[in-house]
Parts: sequence; structure tokens; C-alpha cells
Amino acid sequence: MRKLDILEAAIQQNLNGLYINTYRFKDQELTIEVEPAKLIELMTTLKNNEALCFQQCQDVCGVDYLTYKEDYDKPADAKRFAIVYHLLSVKHNWRVRVKCFAENNDFPIIPSVIDIWSSVNWFEREAFDMFGVVFDGHPDLRRILTDYGFIGHPFRKDFPLSGYMEMRYDEEQKRVIYQPVTIEPRVVTPRVIREEGYSGRN
Amino acid sequence: MAEIKNYTLNFGPQHPSAHGVLRLVLELDGEVIQRADPHIGLLHRGTEKLAEHKTYLQALPYMDRLDYVSMMCNEHAYCIAVERLLGIEAPERAQYIRVMFAEITRILNHLMWIGAHALDIGAMAVFLYAFREREDLMDCYEAVSGARMHAAYFRPGGVYRDLPDTMPQYTESKVKTKKQLEAFNKARKGSLLDFIEDFANRFDKCVDEYETLLTDNRIWRQRTVDIGVVSEERALNLGFSGPMLRGSGVAWDLRKKQPYDVYAKMDFDIPVGKGGDCYDRYLVRVAEMRESNKIIKQCVTWLKQNKGQVIVDDHKVAPPHRENMKAGMEELIHHFKLFTEGMRVPEGEVYQAVEHPKGEFGIYMVSDGANKPYRLKIKAPGYAHLAALDEMSRGHMIADVVAIIGTQDIVFGEVDR
Repeated sequence: MRKLDILEAAIQQNLNGLYINTYRFKDQELTIEVEPAKLIELMTTLKNNEALCFQQCQDVCGVDYLTYKEDYDKPADAKRFAIVYHLLSVKHNWRVRVKCFAENNDFPIIPSVIDIWSSVNWFEREAFDMFGVVFDGHPDLRRILTDYGFIGHPFRKDFPLSGYMEMRYDEEQKRVIYQPVTIEPRVVTPRVIREEGYSGRN
Repeated sequence: MAEIKNYTLNFGPQHPSAHGVLRLVLELDGEVIQRADPHIGLLHRGTEKLAEHKTYLQALPYMDRLDYVSMMCNEHAYCIAVERLLGIEAPERAQYIRVMFAEITRILNHLMWIGAHALDIGAMAVFLYAFREREDLMDCYEAVSGARMHAAYFRPGGVYRDLPDTMPQYTESKVKTKKQLEAFNKARKGSLLDFIEDFANRFDKCVDEYETLLTDNRIWRQRTVDIGVVSEERALNLGFSGPMLRGSGVAWDLRKKQPYDVYAKMDFDIPVGKGGDCYDRYLVRVAEMRESNKIIKQCVTWLKQNKGQVIVDDHKVAPPHRENMKAGMEELIHHFKLFTEGMRVPEGEVYQAVEHPKGEFGIYMVSDGANKPYRLKIKAPGYAHLAALDEMSRGHMIADVVAIIGTQDIVFGEVDR
């Protein structure tokens, strides 16, 4: 039996009822989708169950699905923020992706898994900084990559690429000052979604 | 009795041993670290956001600028990720070239690391030796791509062009005599592959030289043995990868365990440490340089015997040949469309991890079917390692923090992205 089938069977057996569904990408990668309420229980089992044994959380990543497929007229209550975990088992040599959509778009909250893997500490801080997703239970949820005193969450799709503020050295005041951006936003290459079957690919 | 309070020390962001722009806020009790709080982000450029606004090909050169001492390894992960989304595979010769250059890059990175690490701890000479070999490897970069660092040589579907038949030569100048010039150009008479072969044959001796300077050096041992010890269990939990994980005794190498390109055909070993301290990680990385050299030799042998394509024929992904473009209408249109609109990548999401010199470098890419990635997440190994700095340095002296930053092989281009 192939490794991915063994993994999927083990997930079905041990995580019954904890997840919404699982799906594969091109028969290479397995994704588990889960609700925030069951995330902690699911993750604890994924790590501690001998048959799964995901010792490492290699990555935590936020995704903002606001403009996915240029789909601006999707239902207003469509869930916008997802947190994606990439887990790795050194013992079994397999990976899994866990995806968790936050319930509320205006104030997205996801439970923190820091008690399960210490490695998520900075990853969760980054997702908070970039997307404004709050990790419930994180002991030190500060901004990490942006400037001290930064306002907004830069990786959200409604945040402009050039940002809102710029900083420069002012000759008269003899210090570095912040001011609203002076450059015009421009699009060099427009975003195009071609029809199905274009260039011979599905 | 006088009240003794902890005090806080600000280390960096402008400090030679902070490896760039690390700001550390250290809470000290005398000279002993109670808490280390790294402030990062001073080099944050928003690569991931920028990539969302660029076509797949335009975003590729950003990869070089992430970990700017192991440029091609970053490109490698990116290219394989795009290839997997597209459902294509690079031609075999391209895969060999990529593996060879990935290993050259690994040596480049480890040379930089050994030089900087030793310099931080106080050994000046190693840096000079390491940079002598780095120079040759950068010449390989230059010969193949025209750039000494930011190569943008790997492309989705293969590599930009085939290996050159000649090496650039040193020319006469005021500072070089005829005799010196002769010596410099001696290995550069043949093709790039000859030059790399010559390098690989003498490189093991060079590693011996670094080891003579460090391995049994009493000061080196005093500064690294039992410093920054991480147990196997903690290393896994902290999300370590690469030499940091192997130094703690876990035999885990993606090139062996989840091989990509032609790594499955390569014969090499995984060096593993025992104690999980700075000295073990040093030994692991030095041994890794020798293993990389083995892989380079195997690739050179194969590449000398086998010719072939270096990039896929699909002109929706790779540009057509320049010559055909001059006369062929279809090729011209393909070229124009590829470089203006870019390639269309089918909807899907993929996580591609490679064994980067520093650990597991991952590209998580979400495509919604457009000509630009919908979301690109870069998992940098150094980010997870630096997050563990607090735990690793607690209870150590200030000077040991420098040794720990060195052993983590931090580069801010990838930590801050």
C-alpha cells in the first residue's frame, strides 16, 4: 500500500469525527480541514498517536481568501482567513497539511497550538502580525516582522502593496520622519485568470 | 545587603557578530543570560506579498535574495514547487545540473558559515582560507549565469541554459605577473565542468586545512563543546531541521528521505552528531562539505557523458530557442506572451521542501489559476532556529550567545524575508 493511503487510513481510524474532510493534491499531498473548536484535540492526537506521530510542526502560514479567483461576489459570510499548518513526522517520514478557517472575518480567532509544538511560537506571531489572526492561548502575541508601532496587517489582500506610510530622513528636522506614501500604486503585469483548458492545462 | 537586580543589555542591530541586523534584548544576571528576546524584521521586505503581485517568472529572482549565501537552493525549492503545480518535470540533464549547483551552493554556504563562525569566536585565519575557495565557486556561478551571487539560473522546467564550454580567464594587470596569471588560469583552460572537477579534486584537502585549524584547537573546543546543547526531543519539538537537527542525533536529510530531482541516484552519507552542542554541529557541517563534494563529483561524471536538453520544450512554461524566434511567428508569440503575461499555473496548493544548507526550506504555494501566485509562503529554516535562541542561550555567558548565533547559521535575508 502506498504511504499516503496508509496515512489516510490512520487518520480515518484515529481522528474520527474531529475533522471536516480530507483531500489530496494530485495524489501527492494530504490536507485535513478542521474547525477551530476541534483544532487542539486534533493536533494533540496527530502528535501523540503512535500511528501518526507528527513530531514536528514545520510551518504555520496564514492565507487570506478575500480575492481568491477574483471572486468578489461570493457570499458575505464566506470565511476569509485560514491558518495552514505543515506537519512532519520524522519517524514515519510523512507530511500532512492541516487547514483551519477562522469563524469570524472581522475578528478571526484560532486556538494556539504552542503547548503541542514549541516551534509555532514565532510562526503564530508572524501570522498575527501579517494577517491579524489572534491565537488564543499564545503567551506572547506581539508583532514580529513589522516596524515598532506599525498599524494594519500587511499581508491582507485589502492592504495595498505600497502600504500607507513611508519613512525618510528629513533634512530640516534632522531626523527620520513618517509620512503618508507619495508613490502612486501601479500594476506592471495585470492579474489574469484564463479559461479552463488554456495552454493545454486543466 | 545591597539589592542585586537583573539588567537589560541591547545587542545589535549594528553589531559585527549579530550576522546582519539582529537586535537582541538580553536580560542578564551578571554575565549570565536569563532571557534573550530577539527583535527581528529589520530586513523585512515583504517578499511573499511582492511575489503575489509578480508573475511566476518575475518572482523567481526574489528567491536569490532570501538566503543570500545559498541562492540556488532557494530557487531550487521554488522551481520544483511551480513544476509540481504545472505537472511537469525537468529534463534529466537539467536535474543533474541543478543537483550539482545545489551542492556547490551548500559548500558556498558552509564556507561562509565556517569563516563567520570562527571569526565570531576569535579565529581570524579560517575566514581567509574559506574565502579562497568561495572565490572559485562564485566563478562557477558567474560562468553559468553571469552573476556571482543572485544567479536566477534555475527556472521552472529546468535551468536557464546549458553549461558553458569555456571558463572566463584572468587578464594581465599591474598586480599580476605573467607567472601568477599562468597559475590563476591553469584550471580555467577547459570547460566549466573541467574547472569544477579540478575544484572537487582539491577541495577535500582544503577541508583538511580548515579542520587542522579548528577541530583539535583547544580554544575552539573550549568555546563550542557543551555550548547550546539541544536534546533530540527538544530539537524535534522546536522545529529544527538540517544540520541543527542532525547535530542532535536525528538522521534526517530530505535529500535521502524525500528525494527530489536526482538525489535518489546519488551516493552519499548523512553525518550525524551525538551531543547536540555547537561542536557537534560544527563537525556535522564539515562532514557535509565532504559529502557535497562527493555528489559534485558524481554529477560531473554523469554530465560529461550525457548530453541533452536543459529545459522543457513546452513554450507555455519555458521560452523558445532564440534562433527559432527570429524566423518563427509562433515562437515569437510564445516568447512575447510568456514574458508579458507569464505562465498560467493550474489551481492547487503545494508544499515543496528541499534540504537547504541551513535546514528545511519550504515553499508553500497557493494558485487560483492566475498568472501570479495567490499566496506564497516561504518557510525559512533560520526562522525556526532563531526562535529557539532564547532556550539555547539561557544560563550561558554573553560571549556564548555569539557562539550560538554562529552555530545556528543565521542569515537575515531568509529570517525576515
